[in-house]
Amino acid sequence: MAVVHRSVLPIRSQEDIVRVRQATRESAVAQGFSLVDQTKIVTAASELARNTLDYGGGGEVEITRLSDPPRRGVRLVFTDKGPGIADVGQALADGFTSGRGLGLGLGGARRLSNEFSIESRVGEGTQVTIARWR
Amino acid sequence: MTPATGRTLRKILAQYQKELLGDWLQTQLAASTLRPDLMRENELREQSRELLALLQSAAQNGNLEQTDGPEWAGIREFLARLSRSRAQQGFSSAETATFVFSLKQPLFTRLRTEFAQDAQGLADEMWIANNVLDRLGLYTTEMYLKGREEVIQRQQREMMELSTPVVQLWENILALPLIGTLDSERTQVVMESLLQKIVDTGASIAIIDITGVPTVDTLVAQHLLKTVAAARLMGADCIISGIRPQIAQTIVHLGVNLSDVTTKASLADAFSIALKRTQAKLPPQMGTTS
Ligand SMILES: Nc1ncnc2c1ncn2[C@@H]1O[C@H](COP(=O)(O)OP(=O)(O)OP(=O)(O)O)[C@@H](O)[C@H]1O
Ligand SMILES: [Mg+2]
Repeated sequence: MAVVHRSVLPIRSQEDIVRVRQATRESAVAQGFSLVDQTKIVTAASELARNTLDYGGGGEVEITRLSDPPRRGVRLVFTDKGPGIADVGQALADGFTSGRGLGLGLGGARRLSNEFSIESRVGEGTQVTIARWR
Repeated sequence: MTPATGRTLRKILAQYQKELLGDWLQTQLAASTLRPDLMRENELREQSRELLALLQSAAQNGNLEQTDGPEWAGIREFLARLSRSRAQQGFSSAETATFVFSLKQPLFTRLRTEFAQDAQGLADEMWIANNVLDRLGLYTTEMYLKGREEVIQRQQREMMELSTPVVQLWENILALPLIGTLDSERTQVVMESLLQKIVDTGASIAIIDITGVPTVDTLVAQHLLKTVAAARLMGADCIISGIRPQIAQTIVHLGVNLSDVTTKASLADAFSIALKRTQAKLPPQMGTTS
């Protein structure tokens, strides 16, 4: 599996979330994703970027274009040094929110991706990785 | 330029990285340009450490007189990112460039120690170090200005996008064509102006058209659902139009429940449904059909 392109964007403001969506779409387009696949990964990116900002206190995302012939993919790694998630299972459950959201973002991002993993330590931070392939 | 030039600079960067970082941080923390209100100390420490490490590796492999070469790509990328984030954090361009320039002092001090006996050697190496940091500082300023421009452009675009007017399509029928990013605070304002217009006109149906909204995520969905609920309390039904196939699929994957809301693919479809509904509500002698 080869890395075709890699970039890192900060997530510190609303504008950054917009940029993350734009950069994700750009990568999905460059990898030849269909409109549906583009929309899926961009929406997942939007959810995870907002969680990084709202709950993780800000952080960054690494966007990687991957080549694994004949597959082509986009991988996103969101990292924050926030409070972490004590109960990941609960956070993933639909409808659970500690804020005022719908509680669908994390589970939704998982359903919108082909690969999903989450690593979180209380007091240290959270890292969510997703990938989508065409 | 003889091959030996820059050798001591390279050596210092490689051997004294920890000491340089310590000295540099001390200088920065003591400087009057420090902005503890905008940035935490550990973030400054992290950025300083990264810049030094990148500078060291670029200097080791690259030409010290051409900071636009491929060996310098990493440090340029880092500086571009740094300037953009500082622009957003509210640093001035001078403060941002000072971050790079302030490395001169600790670096020169080290050079002076190394060349205690050799004035010419010191002058040569200082000249090189000075040029490198000047070029990197100028690059930072350039990137800072570019970042600022982007922010301003975005803000302008966003303002335009979200000043979308509520239009009266027909008697009792309002339309709100939304265009652009929906997750900013102004969304609230747009939605409120729709509710106000419902009150003012006594409209019974409001069509919210999201054809121009590129991404519908949970936050956008939540805004829409809230508006629909509030409109309902005021006696108006909402129709959401502009749900393209890819958006419909994404909404289903997210698990957002729009089953209580009438949705249509296009504004035209929504309008014809709205017409039927409002006519049905007219007194019989005023209706055109049935
Ligand atoms: N990066 C993070 N750091 C700490 N906690 C997190 C992080 N991401 C998610 N969480 C926790 O997981 C919960 C569920 O997240 P999820 O994105 O599913 O829902 P939400 O953000 O609350 O609402 P929605 O995304 O539907 O608007 C959050 O309310 C929060 O408590
Ligand atoms: Mg969320």
